[in-house]
Order: sequence, then C-alpha cells, then structure tokens
Amino acid sequence: MKIELLNVCKSFKGQVVLDNLNLTVEPNKITVIIGKSGGGKSVLLKHVIGLIRPDSGSVFIGDDEISALNDKKLNEIRKNFGMLFQDAALFDSMTVGDNIAFPIREHTRFSKAEIDVIVKEKLRQVGLKRVTQKMPSELSGGMRKRVGLARALALDPKIILFDEPTTGLDPIMCDAIDRLIVKTQRHTNATCLVISHDIDSTFKIAHKVAMLYDGKIIEYGSPDKIKWSENPVVKNFIAGKSISKH
Amino acid sequence: MLRFFEYVGKPFVLLIEAFGKVILLLVSTISWMVRPPYRIHEIFKQMEFVGVNSLPVVIITGAFTGMVLAIQTYYGFKMFGGESLVGATVALSMTRELGPAITALMVTGRVGSAMAAEIGTMRVTEQIDALYTMSVNPVQYLIMPRVIASIMMLPVLTIVSDFIGIVGGYFVGVRLLNINSGIFVARIIEFVALSDIVNGLIKSAVFGLILSLVGCYKGFGTFGGAAGVGRATTQSVVISSVSILISDYFLTAVMF
Repeated sequence: MKIELLNVCKSFKGQVVLDNLNLTVEPNKITVIIGKSGGGKSVLLKHVIGLIRPDSGSVFIGDDEISALNDKKLNEIRKNFGMLFQDAALFDSMTVGDNIAFPIREHTRFSKAEIDVIVKEKLRQVGLKRVTQKMPSELSGGMRKRVGLARALALDPKIILFDEPTTGLDPIMCDAIDRLIVKTQRHTNATCLVISHDIDSTFKIAHKVAMLYDGKIIEYGSPDKIKWSENPVVKNFIAGKSISKH
Repeated sequence: MLRFFEYVGKPFVLLIEAFGKVILLLVSTISWMVRPPYRIHEIFKQMEFVGVNSLPVVIITGAFTGMVLAIQTYYGFKMFGGESLVGATVALSMTRELGPAITALMVTGRVGSAMAAEIGTMRVTEQIDALYTMSVNPVQYLIMPRVIASIMMLPVLTIVSDFIGIVGGYFVGVRLLNINSGIFVARIIEFVALSDIVNGLIKSAVFGLILSLVGCYKGFGTFGGAAGVGRATTQSVVISSVSILISDYFLTAVMF
C-alpha cells in the first residue's frame, strides 16, 4: 500500500513543524525517515495514520485521501495499519496476551480459542514465549517493544509504522529489534515506515531513506545515496556533527 | 485599558471554553451510548470499581455523619424539649442532603481522582493514541462506561449511606442519649416522604455524572508527563467537589 504526502503543512502555536512537505513511501519496502530530535518526525508519522490532520495539503493511503475523511471512514482505513509506539504504549491494565488480543477482539469474530492461537503465533513471530500472563510492568524495554510489535501485527496490517523503535535500548537489543523489523517486513510484505535518528540502524534496515529537516524532506533515496549525499546537512547528520544555522 | 480587560476577562473566557468542551464531551459520550459495541463488560467492571469498591468508605462516612447529626440535633432540640424530633431530623437530613452530598464527595476523592489519573497516564504514555490507531474510539471505550457506571452506582451508594446514617443516628439517639425507640422510628415514618428519598437519589445521579465527566475530561486533556497527571488529578477533585456543591444548591432549590 502506497503512502503519499503532498504539500503538507502543519504548525503548532505559530511554530512551523511541517512546511510544504512532499514524500512518497514505496509499497512493500522499509522506508526510514531520519532527522534531528524534535524535528517533526513523529508529527509526520501521526499524519500518516490520521492522528493529526494537516493545516493544508493531503495525505493519501493507497487511493484514499485520509486527511479529508470523516472519523468513521478513517477508522476503516486504520484497520490496515499497525503501529509500534516509542515506549510501546501497551495497556497497563491488561496482560500481554490481552494486549495482543485486544485489536483482534475489537475487529473480528474469532472464538477465544482461535484468538489464543493467533496471540501465540504473533508472540512467536517476535521471538517471545510464555509471557501471555505477564503484565507490561514486568517486562524489560526490549520485551515491551516486541510485545508492542506483536500487537501491531495482530490484524496482519498492510502498513506498519515504527516510532523510534530502538530508542532507549542497549546496542544488542537495538540490533535484535532491527533484525526483527527486517524479518517482519519480509514475512508480511508490508509497507514499513520507520522514524529514527539512529544512523547505524537506518542503514541496516532501510530500502529507502528520507531526511527531514526544517519541515521538509531534503534528501530521499537508497541508503547509499544518503550515505554519499553532497548535501551538507545530511553529511553532518550522518557524521553526527551538530548542524548550526547562520 | 484594553490589556486590563484582557487580563481580567481571560479566566472567564477560559472557563467558558472549558465548560463548552465538557458539554461537547457529554454529547459525544451520550452519542456513543446508543451505538454498538455497547461495552457491557467494561460497564460492569466500572460499576464494581465505582460502586462495590466504594462501599467501605461510604458506610463509614454515612454512619458517622448520622451519629454526629444525632448528637448535634439532640443538644439543640433538648433546649426546647424537642428531642423526639431527632430521628426525623437525622433521616430528613440524610435522605435529602447529607447522604447524596457526602457520598458524592467521598466518591469524587476515591473514584473521580482515579479516573483522571488513569486516563491521564494513558494519554501521556500514548495509550490513547494506540486506541485510535486500532480504530477504537477512546470516548466509547474509556469514558462512556465510566459515566454510565457512576450515574448508576451513585444512587445505590446513596441509599446505603442514607440507611447506615439513620442506623447510626438511631444508635446514638436511642442507645446513648436515651430517646424512646418507638418515638424515634415513628417520627421518621411520619416526616420522611418517599419524594425526599427519590429526590436525593436523583441528585446523586447528577453528582455521579458530574464527577465522572470532570474526572474523564481532565484525564483526557492531560499533557506534560507525570506532573501533568498530578495536575489533572488535583484539578478534577477540586472542580468536581465545587461543582457538586454548587449544583446541589440549585437542584435542592428546584426539587424541594
């Protein structure tokens, strides 16, 4: 499923976050959006799933312009999405099993036994076993992300969004999550859009990379294209040098 | 001069804006009540939390309210030989006023604050955004069951509080202050009308609506991490308590 943002503008209290932004995310690929913290990456992601509506411009999911849809139709489109939040956003009051079963119970008529099978299968996909009865507070950061991903995969989405999936994890867990994203994309053939400021991760997993700066996509292409970009902002970002405006 | 009016008028504008948002939330909540799925399981879960789990605190406060009322009225009425009216006074005060008001204030402290804190935490940890991404409306899933449960359970708790308060008053009046048991009960039957009890219960249902709606509204609009959750919780208790007492006056003026 293709994702397309056309001339998207968004401001909060007079501060421009997205400025006439254009981006086309290719279907069935992993696209990573890189950019500095607080640069509007999460805002961009929330536009894609309709949590925020643009001040002007359009957001297309497939052929549907979601920025113009009412809540009912938007909810139908959202059933194609799975989203892994930065801190997983698991429901504190539910067990791991209930967290993963939640979207299935909401949107399907599967029996309890069938749902249990799906939950176990999704947990197996993300490399977890025997955690269905645990509460989210009993899990480590990496496990929470895995459970979050299992929940995002519950309805076999066509688009999976990842909001800074490796932030706050140790290097070994970062690598494990990177591998999991690649494996998940191969397994599901979904369109994956990842927000990150982790350059190593980005080059490990991305088919395409887009650099967000000053509310615009200033560079887009294959990881190699980004790696050898002549744009000084991109070069500095990849080298980990601070970007100063004159 | 313009700045002065801006400075003075701003709190009023904000107050009206907040009131408007609460009304919009109420309309949205009502509209979700009549649309499937009806969230019966969630409603029962909230009824247990609002009602069953509030019983101990309601019983204790109800009993001691009735008991202190009996002592106070006894000493007042004794001055002109009206001790026989203690039972009726306790019963009327409990059913018309103190039962609904004390119950609502106690439940606000226990339940309204918990609603604001729980929904506020869900807001700042992106759990509410997660609901949206899963095509689940948080007003229907989180707020509607809490509002329905509060409207239904506050009258039940108030009946318990009324009864326990009168029993407490009986214990103090008859056992400790030696008022004749028969007269105590007879005066209650003579002076307390069914409408006193029913109007008290109607008031308590309105209080249930207020405390749940304010708690959910403050929680839903939380921002700013843990500090924001604390702020929302405190504000919800203060606003609910004040609103309950203000609405109590107007409801009483209209009903009795």
